[in-house]
Amino acid sequence: MNFANAFTPERLQEAWNCLLIEFPFAIWETLYSTLLATLFAIIIGLPLGVLLVTGEPKGIRPLPKVLMSFLNVFINFLRSVPFIILMVMIIPLTRVIVGTSVGTVASIVPLTVAAFPFIARLVESSLREVNPNIIETAQAMGATPMQIITHVMLPESVPSLITNFTLAITTIMGYTAMSGAVGGGGLGKLALAYGYQRYRYAVLYLAVIVLVLITQLIQSFGTWLARKCDKRLKD
Amino acid sequence: MIELRNLSKQFETSDGSVDALRHINLTVQDGDIYGIIGMSGAGKSTLVRCINMLEKPTEGSVIWDGKDLGAMSEKELRAMRRRITMIFQSFNLLMQRTCLKNVTLPLRLGGMKNSEAEKRGMELLELVGLPDKANAYPAQLSGGQQQRVAIARALATDPEVLLCDEATSALDPKTTHAILELIRDINRKLGITVIVITHQMSVVQEICSHVAILEHGEVVEEGEVSEVFSNPKANATKNLIYPELSDGAAILAEGGQKIRVIYNGAVASREPMIAKMALDCGILASILGASTRSVGDLAYGYILLEIPGGPAELAKAVTYLSSIPDIIVQVEAEYGSKEVRP
Repeated sequence: MNFANAFTPERLQEAWNCLLIEFPFAIWETLYSTLLATLFAIIIGLPLGVLLVTGEPKGIRPLPKVLMSFLNVFINFLRSVPFIILMVMIIPLTRVIVGTSVGTVASIVPLTVAAFPFIARLVESSLREVNPNIIETAQAMGATPMQIITHVMLPESVPSLITNFTLAITTIMGYTAMSGAVGGGGLGKLALAYGYQRYRYAVLYLAVIVLVLITQLIQSFGTWLARKCDKRLKD
Repeated sequence: MIELRNLSKQFETSDGSVDALRHINLTVQDGDIYGIIGMSGAGKSTLVRCINMLEKPTEGSVIWDGKDLGAMSEKELRAMRRRITMIFQSFNLLMQRTCLKNVTLPLRLGGMKNSEAEKRGMELLELVGLPDKANAYPAQLSGGQQQRVAIARALATDPEVLLCDEATSALDPKTTHAILELIRDINRKLGITVIVITHQMSVVQEICSHVAILEHGEVVEEGEVSEVFSNPKANATKNLIYPELSDGAAILAEGGQKIRVIYNGAVASREPMIAKMALDCGILASILGASTRSVGDLAYGYILLEIPGGPAELAKAVTYLSSIPDIIVQVEAEYGSKEVRP
């Protein structure tokens, strides 16, 4: 990297213009790919996370051991593939679902595939925090396993789930930056294609600063929301 | 009526199987407040969970109104658990739900409409004396209040039997008393059979009509509370009823002749019998410990005496004290005691 002429007045002026013209759309792309990918990942990952807890031998609805082992291995496998490789690996799947493997919309597929196993593990850990005595109490009331999940386990873990989903969103936003490398849009692509490859380092740094700010905002909001929802903290 | 017939429960652990319950036979009549008492580890919690099949007995059966609960399908079990409800030591309320939502939960699980369930929930909160806490969250309540909400929740489905698993063990004595009063009220007003699991003799004494003493997974004694209190036979029972004395006896077990004077009823307790024995027989007994309990209108108690001298003095003391009405004398052996009734 050559920083010598990176921050001359002309370059800074250029970066400023870029901020006004290019950034709004890039921010929009980052946000919607992040949020849609998180949404789809929750739709797939939440039930899997529930199964990981309830399907255990000592869970409320034990499942065959083979099935549980398969589920665990499958999730661990997806979690251990680096995102940048996963993106390339599932290009055929992306083509089937979106019709193309290039672009911001297409990048939602690998983002979802990378995020749902992560979400499943986060949901698992949230549900394990639920007081087992309360689950036993629900059983003693004659609740079905499904009722225990919907009336007890999920409502009781709402604050923890919010905290974990916030963590997921910020992680997935980090992934969207990487998806810029293979055709995805957003701040990541802007930083790489505009800032790095065209030696406009001021733009690169600006993109990073904006990403950090968005992450901070989401994190603060998530923390605030989790706190607000937690009825255990009221005095 | 609930009958436990030859009920056993084994747990498989990595070191082999453990007998948590061994051949339990109990009968609880409708309308009883039945106490099951034992030290920790005696198997009380396992026993109460066998009654509503949260734990499946390894052997034996639970018969409720002629139905064998062990033979029920999952669906039948769930229906049964709306008739036999339970409260717990740690209250186990949903912390993210208001008190009213906690109370209406069993009704909602049963498919009742929300408006109807909330109406019933308010009635129940009134019954337990907390109508003003309907929209409060459990974390804002004291332990006693949380247990009241849990009781309201347990009553929501109009049960016939209420199981109390150490329901007052986490509460201070005053609150314990208030909760026990509430349970007794419920038993009287609504005719609900209550089974109380506890390690506190005071709980049994306060509300139970019958009691079973559980030790190492076995029922060592069982019967009406007044009967068991006036003349406890098993060592475990004595230890539970008069812990002070069993401790004292343990410390002083090294030697000496000891007798246990059991008196029941007001007449005996008014008699200055130790002083009179000293005057009449010249036996200068020393008091090692004493304890009295009132059960219902009657007083029961023990005095543990050490009798100086040899077997002749011992026999004399036993004969003398036994002649007083309402007095039973037991000679304390190294383990347990042998009843002497000359």
